[in-house]
Amino acid sequence: MSGLRNAHVGDPPSHGGMGPAVGSRWLLARDEFPSLLDALRRAGYRIVGPTVRDGAIVYGSIRSVADLPEGWTDRQSAGAYRLERRPDRALFGYNVGPHSWKKYLFPPREHLFTLRRTDAAKFEVSVPEDPDPPMAYLGVRACEIAALNIQDRVFVGGAAVDPGYARRKARRLVVAVQCGQAGGTCFCVSMGTGPAVRDGFDLSLTELLDEGRHEFLVEIGTADGARVLDGVPLRPAEPSDVRAGEARVADAARAMGRAMDTEGIHDLLLGNLESPVWDDVGRRCLACTNCTLACPTCFCHSTEEVPDLSAERDERWRRWDSCFNLAFSELHTGSVRSTTPARYRQWLTHKLATWFDQFGSSGCVGCGRCITWCPVGIDLTAEVRAIRAAAPRPGPGAGGTA
Amino acid sequence: MSTAPEIAGPVAPVPSHGGPLEPAPFTVRARAQETRDTVSLVLAPAPGSEVPAFRPGQFNMLSVPGRGEVAISISGDPGRAGEWVHTVRALGLATQALAGSMPGTLIAARGPYGQGWPVDRAWGKDVVIVAGGVGLAPVRPLLLELLRHRARFGRLEVIYGARTPDDLLYAPELAAWRGRTDARFQVTVDAAGRDWYGDVGLVTQRLPDARFDPASAVAFLCGPEIMMRLTAETLEGRGLPREGIWVSLERTMQCGVGLCGHCQFGPYLLCRDGPVLPYRDVARLLRIRGL
Repeated sequence: MSGLRNAHVGDPPSHGGMGPAVGSRWLLARDEFPSLLDALRRAGYRIVGPTVRDGAIVYGSIRSVADLPEGWTDRQSAGAYRLERRPDRALFGYNVGPHSWKKYLFPPREHLFTLRRTDAAKFEVSVPEDPDPPMAYLGVRACEIAALNIQDRVFVGGAAVDPGYARRKARRLVVAVQCGQAGGTCFCVSMGTGPAVRDGFDLSLTELLDEGRHEFLVEIGTADGARVLDGVPLRPAEPSDVRAGEARVADAARAMGRAMDTEGIHDLLLGNLESPVWDDVGRRCLACTNCTLACPTCFCHSTEEVPDLSAERDERWRRWDSCFNLAFSELHTGSVRSTTPARYRQWLTHKLATWFDQFGSSGCVGCGRCITWCPVGIDLTAEVRAIRAAAPRPGPGAGGTA
Repeated sequence: MSTAPEIAGPVAPVPSHGGPLEPAPFTVRARAQETRDTVSLVLAPAPGSEVPAFRPGQFNMLSVPGRGEVAISISGDPGRAGEWVHTVRALGLATQALAGSMPGTLIAARGPYGQGWPVDRAWGKDVVIVAGGVGLAPVRPLLLELLRHRARFGRLEVIYGARTPDDLLYAPELAAWRGRTDARFQVTVDAAGRDWYGDVGLVTQRLPDARFDPASAVAFLCGPEIMMRLTAETLEGRGLPREGIWVSLERTMQCGVGLCGHCQFGPYLLCRDGPVLPYRDVARLLRIRGL
């Protein structure tokens, strides 16, 4: 491990050793891209990444380069998503789609454990056979790394550690891709989460694609990332290659489709819990839960008991739930958040404000999924603007929690 | 050469058990019918297992396996090790199954969870306790703890409200408490027949009779939100600063450990940050509908 750190930057990747140095940058030719997939598989990873399915780019198993959305891009706006052909053959020339990596770390349905009655006064607890192979996430964007960090804090960062999430987190390899463009609903610049991938990755790829050139700038983020590159034909990157990669990311930063003023947003929202904007947006919102399902950080879930007919076995399952469901806040006296405005307020104030109180960060990464996938095109950046405009005393200091 | 598909990367110590949601087996040792729809259960652990200690105001997650899990406050004496006592009102599937559990029934339980009553804030002060309905259950461990240390604080005023005389919990104990000369227990009901000689009305109507020094008192409230809010306002009206008032709040809880998101109340996850919170921090939030 220490030998790796001391390796001279610019040394060619070793074959049979530990691989190139953390922090070093290399070039991988497009034609050699399959060798990266082979290397990931040889290292024991199941590769998941972008694929085209049902008219959208979603995450699924990657068996070969042919599974990647070569030559596809997407056009996104509030309530609209369309795939379109690109003029080139980019492998990662799209923006984030309806899926996020959370489905691998925090599966939509998960069997937690089974209670099996052993005698009148006892049961045994058994955990399902470990179904989780090490996974390489191919094509993780900067905002998505931020989302992984946020869910990590929820599931393994507190006093109660979720064992399934912890197991899958320990086995994930993050192969990031730098954004070379931004979508119509992107606002990662406002949230400070992108578009540049700066940390939290094992490998980072920048697709360099112009004037007949098609290569990937590969940055090594961790020793694990270095190790899997064993056998991948890389050549050292020149400073001009690094500059070309940075220029692509700068293009993306300039092309943000949305912006959100986050100045004092915690106190702004908590100081305006009775803003007329909640009723206004609540009249448009269908409470369909799309935003919470598409959101890469939404973690709310319900547990269910599934007994067998003999009542000897009782399986505990977890499934994604949503604060937009009426039953989510159900108490014996009825649902606390019985109206759609109350539920939208819960979602937005949690995402942008009370997440700080609960987990020490924002719950929003500016990926824009909730805007694109809202069937009525509700745009949280516009709603925040409206709340700010309607606030009796705009800006910080408008309230707080006391 | 690339090696076997063993797990790459730093493998964190990952628990192989069911994690924080895994319950332990208990059985119902004793059951007392408190009211028409409410019972108290004494839960004993499987032989050889310990019962974790708890603080007044904390809760456990309980289920009759297969019938659903539910958060229930601990209503037992914190000074009595080796058992958990819970008072359960039969309202939904899970609580109906629990309330119907006869001695010997297998119960899956885990806990204790949450922040309880700040008992040590009572020392040297007058204490006002106001409970409504089944809200007396999470207050009972607090009362027992206070009474065990009776010399450490000043006056003790308890006001307990229920819908009818038939809905009063812990009737024999309540009679004993009401007979004490070192504390005053006022009991009031919303409605009663002619055989009721006690007070009828809201708990707030009993507050003017409560004797305490507002400059040196604490208040612990548990009951419906509207009751706690009006009680706190009345106490503030008598000069008790809101810094001296604590409330026990309720939202649906499913995991009990801050993972599932159900029990959010503004900035708080009630299972983790509550259920007992300083009134100072929630007074404004309690006035907003549908939070």
